[in-house]
Amino acid sequence: MSALHDKSVAELSAALRARQVSSVEVTQAFLERVTRHQADLNAFISITAEAALAEAAQADARLRSQDAGPLTGVPIAHKDIFCTRGEKTTCGSRMLANFVSPYDATVVERLRAAGVVMLGKTNMDEFAMGSSNETSFFGPVRNPWDVARVPGGSSGGSAVAVAARLAPAATATDTGGSIRQPAALCGVTGLKPTYGRVSRFGMIAFASSLDQGGLITRSAEDAALLLGAMAGFDERDSTSVELPVPDYSGALGQPLKGLKIGVLKEFFDNGLDPAIEQHIRAALDLLHAQGAVIKDVSLPHLPLSVPTYYVVAPAECSSNLARFDGVRYGHRCDKPRDLLDLYQRSRGEGFGAEVKRRIMTGTYVLSAGYYDAFYLKAQRVRQLISNDFERAFHEVDVVIGPTTPTAAFELGAKTSDPVTMYLNDIYTIGANLAGLPAISVPCGLAQGLPTGMQIIGPHFGEERLLNVAHRYQLETDWHRRTPPGFA
Amino acid sequence: MILTRSDIENIARLARLALTEQEIPVYVEGLSRIMGLVGELERADTSQVEPMAHPLPGQRQRLRADVITETDRHELYQRNAPQVEAGLYLVPRVIE
Repeated sequence: MSALHDKSVAELSAALRARQVSSVEVTQAFLERVTRHQADLNAFISITAEAALAEAAQADARLRSQDAGPLTGVPIAHKDIFCTRGEKTTCGSRMLANFVSPYDATVVERLRAAGVVMLGKTNMDEFAMGSSNETSFFGPVRNPWDVARVPGGSSGGSAVAVAARLAPAATATDTGGSIRQPAALCGVTGLKPTYGRVSRFGMIAFASSLDQGGLITRSAEDAALLLGAMAGFDERDSTSVELPVPDYSGALGQPLKGLKIGVLKEFFDNGLDPAIEQHIRAALDLLHAQGAVIKDVSLPHLPLSVPTYYVVAPAECSSNLARFDGVRYGHRCDKPRDLLDLYQRSRGEGFGAEVKRRIMTGTYVLSAGYYDAFYLKAQRVRQLISNDFERAFHEVDVVIGPTTPTAAFELGAKTSDPVTMYLNDIYTIGANLAGLPAISVPCGLAQGLPTGMQIIGPHFGEERLLNVAHRYQLETDWHRRTPPGFA
Repeated sequence: MILTRSDIENIARLARLALTEQEIPVYVEGLSRIMGLVGELERADTSQVEPMAHPLPGQRQRLRADVITETDRHELYQRNAPQVEAGLYLVPRVIE
């Protein structure tokens, strides 16, 4: 029998229900690893050991009384962007360093109701703004494959927790690639569902037309299990979609014969590491051998997705983050002279450099005289990008490309120029702009570092994405690779 | 597109952000670069396209019934407030 920390969610679920192991034992095993690796990886902002063990004991009681679901007693970690009742919810910011949430996010509430145990809250880029997890007020997260390198971001803590076997799965959020990019850089599976599939209630807002909650797991199989418990209509989120939640696990095994896969021409550009291109081509060959039909597709406006995003996302961010005023909650400056001084210094001190950069970019593109030229222009280009995807999905069932142009880079390598950092998300942003579901799966190593293949589907096509990812993972073992020293 | 020091000071004032003297040149440089990137949008012909209003085609923002659903939890919520007295949020005097 493999060690507890090396088991998938599906394996833990089976072992718990067969009473081979208790939830308290599983939870203790993960908590021990979380604590042991906090100093070298910094994957967590809060470790909620006491509450976790109490929840695990409750789960064990449910398991004993045959009142358990498939996830009862399975411990996971939550990104610190999700509000958790009675526990700190910091969003990686000094602004919320002492904020204790009075309520649970819908995602947290649903997983709690399913009997999932919370190990702690994972580190992240401040307010989810970053692609390297270096903007966190609580310090950078380190990549377990090479601690001199970044894990990606913004869900860097969640990706590292799963990659280093500190948690079997973690929640995460994705506004421009914040689930898929760190998943690719850490060698784990990252699923961003369709916009509106998972409730945003209690998920601290960054850019509300792009934000979507999802998962980082070790396999598509585990993502399917957890998504079923997280997804679904929530009247407290006005953009939550009223559609039934399908049986994601039931759809995993479907054969790929006849599946039409589009290869995204624009993704295989000059910036792509040739080693990653090779891995993607090998993966496509493997899917072709299983009966999938491969054809090229072109999305001519996709290269404009980064500039479009850096208007739309900062605009929404400047509006959403206006709520932090130093009055009702969050950081307040010392001895304010007057109300304006209170606002300006509380915000100037409470927000870090990148968050301020985004708020100012957003304020600028929305300001009088620039709104049409920048904001409306970007929303028009966004429509063109969305139309490109829609046309592609008339021809193919899913599109495939790399998740990132390169493997993990070194800490500090891209912090001096914001634009260099932003270009990391060049392949992931399109799905957010068009509201589409996408998944990143490990597809090979480049100089010993993980790389990711991205599969994007039409709206509410999560079943198909998970199915393709699962069939790929049945034939490959990249998703089982563990960073050296963390097995 | 090049932004100036006075642009940055004006934006920071609109955004209610106090910047230090050291931060200003960093944002002059950073925002100028970002707006240079944004300038690429000019390449797209958008004369025939409406601005996208919702990430999902055909979806409209749902409205709820105009009824009170929240209960009074101000004590719980004010536990996170920096300064409270007698159930009220304290701020510097606004009206002399």
